[in-house]
Amino acid sequence: MHREGSPWQGVWTVMAKETADHLTGARMTILEVLMFLASAGAIYAALSSVKSGGQDPFVFLTLFTTAKAPIPSFVGFLGFLTPLVAIALGFDAVNGEFNRRTLSRILAQPIYRDGLLLGKYLAGLVTLSIVMTAIWLLVAGLGLMFLGVPPSGEEVARAVVFLAATIGYGGVWLGIAMVFSVVFRQPATAALASIATWLFFTLFWGIVASLVAQALSPSPGSLQGVLAQAGMEQNLSRISPNTLWSEVVVGMLHPAVRSLGLVLPVQLYRAVLGSPLPFSESLALIWPQLTGLVAGVILLFTLAYVLFQRQEVRA
Amino acid sequence: MDPVIETHKLTKRYGPKTAVDGLDLTLEKGEVFGLLGPNGSGKTTTILMILGLTEPTSGKVRVLGVDPARRPLQVKTRVGYLPDQVGFYDDMTARENLSYTARLNRIPSAEAADRIISAMHRIGLSDEVVDQQVGTFSHGMRQRLGLAELLVKEPEVVILDEPTLGLDPEAAHQFLRLIRGLKDDGITILLASHLLHQVQAVCDRVGLFRNGKMFLEGPVRDLAHEILGGGFVIHLESDDLQLAPQLEGLEHAVRVTSEHAGHYRMEARADLRQQVARLVLDRGSKLLSMHLDEPSLDEVYASYFEEVPDAS
Repeated sequence: MHREGSPWQGVWTVMAKETADHLTGARMTILEVLMFLASAGAIYAALSSVKSGGQDPFVFLTLFTTAKAPIPSFVGFLGFLTPLVAIALGFDAVNGEFNRRTLSRILAQPIYRDGLLLGKYLAGLVTLSIVMTAIWLLVAGLGLMFLGVPPSGEEVARAVVFLAATIGYGGVWLGIAMVFSVVFRQPATAALASIATWLFFTLFWGIVASLVAQALSPSPGSLQGVLAQAGMEQNLSRISPNTLWSEVVVGMLHPAVRSLGLVLPVQLYRAVLGSPLPFSESLALIWPQLTGLVAGVILLFTLAYVLFQRQEVRA
Repeated sequence: MDPVIETHKLTKRYGPKTAVDGLDLTLEKGEVFGLLGPNGSGKTTTILMILGLTEPTSGKVRVLGVDPARRPLQVKTRVGYLPDQVGFYDDMTARENLSYTARLNRIPSAEAADRIISAMHRIGLSDEVVDQQVGTFSHGMRQRLGLAELLVKEPEVVILDEPTLGLDPEAAHQFLRLIRGLKDDGITILLASHLLHQVQAVCDRVGLFRNGKMFLEGPVRDLAHEILGGGFVIHLESDDLQLAPQLEGLEHAVRVTSEHAGHYRMEARADLRQQVARLVLDRGSKLLSMHLDEPSLDEVYASYFEEVPDAS
């Protein structure tokens, strides 16, 4: 059935209101403090181990990836803080409106349900982008001050792709949180379900992928068998947004990385090991992962929309 | 002229349960229509279908000549809706809440600001309250704020779902007066409620609704005649215990019942107080008290559903 009227009507109004809510809310203050402490810790760890004036042409990128026990690297911090921030921004998006009894009043205004959902999603994404960009700039700025080495154009390009991928990674978790906010009427349940999903992908998905690969793949008696099993395990693990994101990080922030899969010695014949790939090659290497993250966002949004559309408005 | 709201054989099923069953409803411009029925009779479902928030299983709805399922934005621009137990964003002020709705309705912000002020005055919320967070508001104030939202929107049709639920009698009365004021602006009003005695005073026409079906429709007084067989109920107290057959013999009398000895309840098609008094006195009995009830919907309702066995 064809429907009339723009699906965009009201989207920007909702987005502006929700973004304002996010940015002024107490929840945001907590997350900002958390993110700030994490990045300050990470940058301290990185600066105390990175030696400036060394041979590494990509010393600026090592700011993001260097860890010093017990403090994880900036990337390590982002790996678990990004989903947390995204979940915090999305878990009560729809059920919160139900519980405040505002949903039927808002939907009685001239706006489509997908407009409301999209407005809320974009507001979350804008907020996430603001937070991530601020922290990224903070780390880059501190690095610039203490290292005293300006980043090269290529380093900037790599760092920007890294930032974009991190926002996309957050976008996936925002989508998951919003799906749960449609499914569960209680925000607490939705938050718990989102965090459970995150734990599942962080801790257990690797184990599940390896078990499934062992069960499905032919017995690894031959080299082909071993390769097939490893390939399947890797592909399975890529269902997790965490894997996709960390592969992007590896590909972008370690220019010497040439492959994200298994590499046979024969493939390395006459390769100059340790020499960095050009930016375009690294980008080509992680392009499927970036596409995967964007596809995940679209799929999750569609799922949330379909579920929301089928839901009754009455409380 | 085309009716403002028109439904034809409107039906909504949830699985095996039929919430609304072949409803035919017509609202003319400028009238106040009361959709009355017990809780769970399908009133809210009907409203949601009229607004295009729920798709009908079958049947037809037209609001201002537009199909709300296909062109919901047009319908929702021109129709205002006050849900039961309306909610607002608690951490925003009354003004912020109303201007958010105004923006969703694409009302220019300067005009919206004016409309918000005049709407708040009209519903009797003072200027200090406008900039208070809605979280501090009482239920009655929220309900009035919901009405202010409708005034800001300036719709052609207003749909109110249980507007007086949870209000004390005085507040409910005031609220209904405000609703009646909307009619003077030429707005067509659909009012759904189960609180018959409160609502009947403001309605031009009512429809009695039960199990998804509309059993009766018409002005309150006509319904009283149709159902009670007469619009007049006389309560009588006398020391004469054999009065019932005599009273039934009177012209225009319909039915006489006696709950305790000496207490009679008489239904009639005319005001028979004069004749009743004469009859009692002529028999040499004492007339201890006599009282005429205005026909009330509560009675219509009670009496009607006494006669119609519960379908479920």
